[in-house]
Amino acid sequence: MAVVNDHTVKAFDEDINRLRGLISEMGGRAEQALLQAMTALSKGDLALAAQVVEGDKKIDALEAEVEQLTVQTIALRAPMADDLREMIAALKIVSVVERIGDYAKNIAKRVALMDQTRSIESIPVLMSMSAIVAELIHDALDSFAARDADLAVRVTVRDKNVDDFYNSIFRTLVTFMMENPKYITESAHLLFVAKNLERMGDHATNIAEMVYYVVTGERMEERERGETPEDSATAEKEQG
Amino acid sequence: MTNDDLIIADPKMRAEGVNVFYGDKQAIKDVSIDVGTDLVTAFIGPSGCGKSTFLRSLNRMNDTVASARVTGRIELDGEDIYAPSMDVVQLRARVGMVFQKPNPFPKSIYDNVAYGSRIHGLAANKADLDVIVERALTRAGLWDEVKDRLGESGTALSGGQQQRLCIARAIAVDPEVILMDEPCSALDPIATAKIEELIHELRGKYAIVIVTHNMQQAARVSQRTAFFHLGTLVEYGKTTDIFTNPKQERTKDYITGRYG
Repeated sequence: MAVVNDHTVKAFDEDINRLRGLISEMGGRAEQALLQAMTALSKGDLALAAQVVEGDKKIDALEAEVEQLTVQTIALRAPMADDLREMIAALKIVSVVERIGDYAKNIAKRVALMDQTRSIESIPVLMSMSAIVAELIHDALDSFAARDADLAVRVTVRDKNVDDFYNSIFRTLVTFMMENPKYITESAHLLFVAKNLERMGDHATNIAEMVYYVVTGERMEERERGETPEDSATAEKEQG
Repeated sequence: MTNDDLIIADPKMRAEGVNVFYGDKQAIKDVSIDVGTDLVTAFIGPSGCGKSTFLRSLNRMNDTVASARVTGRIELDGEDIYAPSMDVVQLRARVGMVFQKPNPFPKSIYDNVAYGSRIHGLAANKADLDVIVERALTRAGLWDEVKDRLGESGTALSGGQQQRLCIARAIAVDPEVILMDEPCSALDPIATAKIEELIHELRGKYAIVIVTHNMQQAARVSQRTAFFHLGTLVEYGKTTDIFTNPKQERTKDYITGRYG
């Protein structure tokens, strides 16, 4: 990447750095919330689950702070070109990260509803899936911090793995439910968890697409991405 | 975006390989650019980058500077404006100019606007001239403010009104191109907004080229933007592209306030 010069008005750089710091912190918290929610789910740890639910408030507060700072910076500094693109991307990225936080909270809330799930074999698979999703979120936010368009493209390509995981878990759980009707409630909850993880992967892709726009000024071309949304819907349809 | 989008099919003015020298010093280096009839073109760049010099070469205002020398070719409707056969007075009627500081003549508002038409013999009689003056002042958005005091001195108007009077004076002779050199830099934000609205109104009637230090203004009023730096044309493009996604590092550094 080209060397980025400082702004003549130093306070502008300070605003931008503060904005980046806030987004980093918010992303870190969302990633952590996901990992903690999954740990709580696998261990039935209600205290940890409650901590995730509580921690989501801080993520929401950070979103509000970034929005306010972005609006203020646009009004006072009239950013142009890559600065302007960064402001727009910041607004969109925090709303996506906030969604990721909500999904983590949603997973955490299910922990209390799933006392009998210990024996469902899909949980370890969900743990593997969540590890990949957390890595995608992490890399998407790293690509933002480093202004790395290549990394952003790789994130969107890797989202395909998450979709594959989802399709596979979907089939497994549907089969499991047919064979073990008394586990239907728990299995349904796990289906939602899988869906939440799949959505988080999509959101990591959204972040990556915005990073690509900030860095290059162009929208990411379809061919540069991995296959996206419709795969999972097709799988659901196949299962009837 | 492809370069095809930028091609102007029938340019009003065309500059090719233009160099401008002040004595030994080269102020403009090999600049080529087309000015479209229906477009507002903004020239931006740091002080001393040559944008005003280049603007002034478009109606030979640099002729008045003894040491100035222009090479290359500048055309108006395909005609070389530096050809010996070109009538400079006629050229400046066709390519009018508005300056940074409003400079009304120390004459009445009416005479300021009528002046050009009188010397170019555009009006057959007083009634004709009245029509020309009213139309120019109306187009310049000044008529309602001055119609009852056309006999008062132009210099008695406010700065913003004076600048619109100068624009009225420029358009009274029915030019084809209007060059504006920082037309709002001496005006308050309201007067500036009126000039910008006026530029918007005048677009399509005249080809307009505006030099401005105010990048928000360039972004607001123009469809094409040219960025000058150290006498060269660094980047020319659609205004929206220049301000959201400039291709050149120097352009980006300048418009984002990193130029140092």
